[in-house]
This record gives sequence, C-alpha cells and structure tokens, in this order.
Amino acid sequence: MISKKKIGLIILEFVTALLFVAFIFPFYMVIINSAKTAFEITQYPLSLPERFGNLFTNIVKIWKNEAVRYPASFLASVIITTVSLLLINLFSAQAAWVLARTKTKVSSFIFFIFVAAMVIPFQIVMFPLLSWFRTITNITGIPLLRTYLGIIFSYIGFGAPLSIFLFHGFIKSIPLELEEAALIDGCKKHEIFFKIVFPILKPIQATVLVLNGIWIWNDFLLPLLVLGKGNTIQTIPLAVSNFAGAFVKQWDLILTAILMAMIPIIIFFLFAQKYIVKGMIAGSIK
Amino acid sequence: MKGSMQKESQLVFWLFLLPALFAFIMVMVIPFFMGAFYAFTNWSSSAKLDGGLKFIGLKNFIDSFKDPAFIYSFGLTGVYTLLSMVTVNLIAFALALLVTSKLKLKNIYRAGFFIPNLIGGLILGYIWQFIFNNAIPALGKVIPFLSALADPQNLMLSKNTTAIIAMVIVSTWQYAGYIMMIYIAAIENVPEELHEAAKIDGANSWMRLRMITLPMVAQAFTVTMFLTLVFSFKQFDVNVSLTSGGPSTMLMNKPILGTELLALNIYNTAFISNNLAMGQARAVIFFIVLAIISLIQVYVNKKKEIEL
Repeated sequence: MISKKKIGLIILEFVTALLFVAFIFPFYMVIINSAKTAFEITQYPLSLPERFGNLFTNIVKIWKNEAVRYPASFLASVIITTVSLLLINLFSAQAAWVLARTKTKVSSFIFFIFVAAMVIPFQIVMFPLLSWFRTITNITGIPLLRTYLGIIFSYIGFGAPLSIFLFHGFIKSIPLELEEAALIDGCKKHEIFFKIVFPILKPIQATVLVLNGIWIWNDFLLPLLVLGKGNTIQTIPLAVSNFAGAFVKQWDLILTAILMAMIPIIIFFLFAQKYIVKGMIAGSIK
Repeated sequence: MKGSMQKESQLVFWLFLLPALFAFIMVMVIPFFMGAFYAFTNWSSSAKLDGGLKFIGLKNFIDSFKDPAFIYSFGLTGVYTLLSMVTVNLIAFALALLVTSKLKLKNIYRAGFFIPNLIGGLILGYIWQFIFNNAIPALGKVIPFLSALADPQNLMLSKNTTAIIAMVIVSTWQYAGYIMMIYIAAIENVPEELHEAAKIDGANSWMRLRMITLPMVAQAFTVTMFLTLVFSFKQFDVNVSLTSGGPSTMLMNKPILGTELLALNIYNTAFISNNLAMGQARAVIFFIVLAIISLIQVYVNKKKEIEL
C-alpha cells in the first residue's frame, strides 16, 4: 500500500527535477561556454571547456573591452538604479500620503490621473519625450539627454503611477487615529509623515523597491533612447547590446559579457529572495 | 488658529505632491499629448513645431494600414500573444502544482524556475540565440537520430514560422516562473480542510484538482491571463536580441521582416525608416489596443467582485 503513494511521489520528484534541469540549462550553457576559446566554442558548444582557467582570461578581456567598459557600466547601472529607487520611494510615498489623506476634488482627480496613466505604454511617449527634453535643454540649458539627471528624472516620472498606487492602497489601511494623536501632541504635518507614517510603510516600500529595481536594472529601451548609443554613460544592458552588435558571433566573449551581467542580479536574488518574490506577487495582484 | 492650520495643510499637500507630480507631468503627461498631436502631422527631424510642421489628418494611420509590414506585424503580435498566453499559463500552472506538492527540494525548484524572470529580456534573447544557432545544431551532430538538427537549413531562427515559435519558447521560459509564483500564492490559500474533507469522501487527486483547486484559484487566472497578455503584447527586448525582427519574408510583393512584433515595428518605423510621425501614429494605435485590453480587464474584475 505504501508503495503506490511513494512511487507517485518519486515520479513527481523526478519530473520536477528534469524540468528544473531544463530551466537552468541555458545558464549552464553560458557558464561552460564562457570558459572556452573562440575555436572550442564553434567546434564543441556542448562539452565542458578544456581549461576552466580560460574563464578568467575571458573575464579580463571583457573587463578591459572598450565597448563594454564593464566597471564604468556597472557603476552607471548602480548609480541610476539606486538614486532612482531612493527618490521614487520617497517622492511617491509623500505624494500618496497627501493624496490619501486629503479629501478634496483636486486630490481625487490627481490620484485618478496617476492610476489612469498606468495604462500608458512607453511607446506612445518615447518619441515626443526625446524632442521635449531637447526643447527644455535649448530653453533652460539644463542637459537632460545623455545625462544622469535626465534618466533619473525619467524614472521618477515613469515609476510614480504604480508606486503611488501601491502606497495609496497601503496608507488607506493605516488607522487615522495614530496621525490624529500626533497632531494633538503638537507634531507638525511633515513631522507626522517622516516620524510616524514613513516607518509604517516599510512592507510596501519593499514591494515598491523590488518592482522598480528589477525594472530599472534590466531596462533597455529607455536608456537606449535617453542615454543614447556611444555615450560615456551606459547601463549594463546597453553595454551588452553594444558589445554583441560590435563583436557579432564571437560567442566566447559575448557569453562572458552575459555571465558578468547576470552575476550581480543572481547574487542579489540569493540574498533577498524572500522580499523579491513577495514584492513581485504583491505588485502583480494589485 | 484653524485658518493657519488649514494653510499649513494646503502647503504640505502641494509640497509633498510636487516632486512626483512634476516629474510625472514632464515625462508622461506632456509627451503623451504631444504624441497624440504629432500622430496627425508630418512631424520629422526637420519638420518641427517652430517650422514646417503640417496637420495631415489621418494620413499616417491610413498609410500604416496600407503598409504590409505593419499589417503583418499586427497579426504576428496577435498570434505571438495568444501562443505565449497559452504556453506560459499552462506551464506555470503545472509548475505551481508540482512545487506545492510534497517534494523534498521544492524551494530550490521554485527559485530555479523563477530566476529567468529576474534577468532582462535583452540578455535572455542573446543566450537563446546561442542555443538555437549553436547548441542545438551541435546536439544534432552528437545524437545520430537527431542529425536533422545539424542541418543549417533547419535552424529555428532561419525561418520566420519557426523563429516565432522560438520567441514563444523564450518568453515562456522568461515568464513561466513569475506566473507560477502567483499560482503558488493562490493554491496555498486554499484551506487544507477542503482537501482533507474531500479525501475522506473518497476523492482522488484528479478530482480534487478539478473540484477544489481549479475553482479556488479562478480569481488568479484573470490576473495571470491579463498579465501575460500585456507582457507579450509589449514584448520588445527579446525580439531585438533574439531575431532583430528577421529573417525577411515577402508580403504583398514587398520584402518585410518576418518576426517583427509591434513594439519593434514602431521603433524601426521611426528610426530605421526615418518616419517619426508614422511611428508615432502606430504608437497611438498600440496604446488604443492596450487601453481596450485594460478596460476589459477592469470590467471583468468588477463583474467577478459582484459575483463574489
């Protein structure tokens, strides 16, 4: 009797393990082929590399490559992602709080516009955005295209609707009494936000940071347009596409570049797995 | 006293709102209306607001629907979206069922299925380009009865019908783990007592799946269907890195790209064909389709809520 159930479970375990292998097989291909020479990779793409030490040689090549500029691209990606995240998180939380706590027509109208904007795809605004940024620069002299300022500013604008929506929903579930008590104790309005509300928002902040973080780190089209090609500031996805375009079919190096682009995300995932999964589910269901 | 507090409230309202609202208006609202306007003009790098810009009515839209490349791209995006919706959801649901059963390594499996989703579509596309063009032919050389795979004629990315299937495979790999997580959350919400009671009544696992799990996670299906619909419809990154829209094919006696989805067609119309206004008109069409999809989603969700 035990056997029937046990056999079923063993079959399930086996099927799932096979699927798991199929899912990570592409990553295995990247790792083994990053350690091959150009000749080896065209002859034997499936076999293990002759010398794993070659991986180091390839990594050094990509590290020093002029198209990838790995250290600079990595730094640019880190700067753009972290600064955008910190500002989206703060500005959206502030905005959502006043929108949720102010019961006026103007307030509801502004919130409605933010929610409605979640439907707007990047495609419909991307061409005018470029010409609008150019116009602003011509008038004010503030450089927005090909600069950190321009891309971070863009991410704040594009990240605001979803982030405000998530914060707004969470804030509505916080009892008002807490803030009223602080007001009676003589707290200023802005102090109430920074001392009381903002710390309570921690769980939803994690969601907002994860959702926007994965989007911004991996984003390709917006940096391609706002930063442009051949810029000294380039993010990792731009660097990889730049390199793959310039070194067509040099798979030993392209795959090494890909490996180096993936490593930071995978390390990050291993450390923050719980928050990432939670955040992404919470963001999708809303 | 009351007046000054109200003034302070007003001030804080606008001060707190301003940074997010300002950025939002500058990068979304203004460009949105500019774009809606430019779609009806002859907008180009030489014809701008300060000179040469002419209102040409619906010409960009009419010309778009006369362009074989656009019609093809529209239809292709529809086919690709439908196929992706089916495969992503089927596989995601199957995976979710597997990793919510009593497997020993289920947490490792979950992480493995989820990881592709964290890596950008652009990079995933390059990885799979290598697999389809190099690894699979090499497999054909090693395994005798799969020797057809080694024939360069049979490369998946060399014909547009198989290349679009290749794109569906990659997007399934990309999104299945994410959608799986949503299903897992829904399945784990089903009270254990229901299963226990059904077991006592003699229901086998297939019956329990049909009579308990499926109805209980029905709400999740609306979410996942619309999510995959929107993701697939907007697909750009994988398209660029896996096929760049190629290989070429013929339609109505015109050479066109065989795997160019709408998002890529919009980009190429503006930057490769150098027709900014036409690209903008297509972006407006793209937006309208997405807006209709979202309205349907809101409608379906509202209806479901009332039923509950």
